[in-house]
Amino acid sequence: MNWFSKLLPTRIRTETSTNKKSVPEGLWAKCNSCGAVLYRAELERNMDVCPKCSHHMRIGARARLDLFLDEADRIEIGSELKPVDALKFKDIKKYKDRLIQAQKATDEDDALIVIQGKVKGEAVVVAAFEFKFMGGSMGSVVGERFVRAVNACLEKNIPFICFSASGGARMQEALFSLMQMAKTSAALTRMQKRGLPFISVMTDPTMGGVSASFAMLGDINVAEPNALIGFAGPRVIEQTVRETLPEGFQRSEFLLEHGAIDMVVDRRDMRDRLASILSMLTHRSVA
Amino acid sequence: MNLNFLDFEQPIAELEAKIEELRYVGSDSEINLNEEISRLQTKSRELTESIFSSLKAAQIAQLARHPQRPYFLDYVQRIFTDFEELHGDRAFADDKAIIGGLARIDGRPVMIIGQQKGRDTKEKVQRNFGMPRPEGYRKAMRLMEMAERFELPVLTFIDTPGAYPGVDAEERGQSEAIAKNLFVMSKLKTPIISTVIGEGGSGGALAIGVCDRLLIMQYSTYSVISPEGCASILWKSSDRAQDAAEAMGMTAPRLKELGLVDTIVSEPLGGAHRDIDATAQNIKNALNDALDHLTELPADKLVDLRYERLMQYGNYTEQ
Repeated sequence: MNWFSKLLPTRIRTETSTNKKSVPEGLWAKCNSCGAVLYRAELERNMDVCPKCSHHMRIGARARLDLFLDEADRIEIGSELKPVDALKFKDIKKYKDRLIQAQKATDEDDALIVIQGKVKGEAVVVAAFEFKFMGGSMGSVVGERFVRAVNACLEKNIPFICFSASGGARMQEALFSLMQMAKTSAALTRMQKRGLPFISVMTDPTMGGVSASFAMLGDINVAEPNALIGFAGPRVIEQTVRETLPEGFQRSEFLLEHGAIDMVVDRRDMRDRLASILSMLTHRSVA
Repeated sequence: MNLNFLDFEQPIAELEAKIEELRYVGSDSEINLNEEISRLQTKSRELTESIFSSLKAAQIAQLARHPQRPYFLDYVQRIFTDFEELHGDRAFADDKAIIGGLARIDGRPVMIIGQQKGRDTKEKVQRNFGMPRPEGYRKAMRLMEMAERFELPVLTFIDTPGAYPGVDAEERGQSEAIAKNLFVMSKLKTPIISTVIGEGGSGGALAIGVCDRLLIMQYSTYSVISPEGCASILWKSSDRAQDAAEAMGMTAPRLKELGLVDTIVSEPLGGAHRDIDATAQNIKNALNDALDHLTELPADKLVDLRYERLMQYGNYTEQ
């Protein structure tokens, strides 16, 4: 460390050190479905979908939003909202420490990112879950950002799209997290009243309190291929019914067959298909 | 060990057993044991008071699941008259874990909906241990929408370990059924009062619990996940359920402190099962109070207030 960096306040110093960490990232990635070894740059060009077997890998919230939105006119909503540990919750670790750890690992303040922008020229608000932030769990900040996303849609008269990837409610916020289910669902009543479309896209995984609230309340419910979607986790169900679950249980295609979702859409077609659907719902011609 | 008493109540059970014994002896002998008996009774009451004045969250969770705890139907017959049960979701089945129907409370017609656990093994199976399936929630929704059309207040009674985690429930869309109820309840143009009478287990409880007033019984719990579930995920061991119960703040006083419930309905010393009539009367009074207030509000105002109430849930900072 030279004399200049010693003079810098700690916060700035930490940033340079994290930058260094990201340099030796792997050039190669392995598909966790078919096992094919893939050149990372090529995988990224393919939107993190395996070019060999079309397996949809989990993808971060920012990357997701970046792929989906037009480059111009993006405004982030609700980034001023930060989580607090109101209950002083402590399990093996303190909730406060888990938050700091998740914030460091993801460079996000909480598990939902909301951007107002455009899809093929049509103004929309898009929210996406960061699954790496405590399993994309829904706490107060997620709920409030979701509501602010809806409010922005109401103000601008524009549609709302949400990409879910979540294990469910955030236990460390106890009953407050349960109440986010009611809060987010209630907000959607206003979208419906105003005739504004809400498209819910469920990605791997969408479980528990998230699937049992806004995620299932889309005017149109969409899922990515082979995503795990359900209320109770497969392990809990196995313990309850004491039998092994059928192949493909709680996967997107299973939900499609049982009438829970409208369609399964490949990530690489998502932008085109949703833009087309939205243009019909909002009576616009295709750009 | 007396099974009608929980483990932490065993000292009380022993005293009560002694009192019974003395009564038995006293009835067929010349010796007057009345004085001794009443001394022991006072002692038993004092002991109960002292044990119940410092209950841990995990102990309250035990009381909420007490095998003798009054269930929804025990209260229905004590609080309401003219109960007419309405069955079925009109699509698939009649779920017996959720009961609903028309009834009167002090002459006032209302729609009542509650989760019902079973008392004996046969009923437990029939009621699926109080764990509703999607058709149960859809029945509840049908009755709520009917209540709205006929301008009847909705009174719901929560007592469930959670929504049923089973293959069939998933196939028929458990998530959607719960989600839809949250959606419908948050805009229902009639008063909704929910009372947690036993276990308030997660989304399965909330699915009939979006309301204008939330009442909770003194020894009931309401949480995002069962303490056992929370412990096995966060502590990686379900043996730590006591710690999880404490950490989640799932008891009535703690929830009141956090502003998540409106009213605590008091229970007799030792819990609701010690005097069901008195408990039912307490609930009835609390319901009437809430009804008097809520039925005065115009429907639109009521829905706006409910919306505001839902929007204020949460803790965060803005920087």
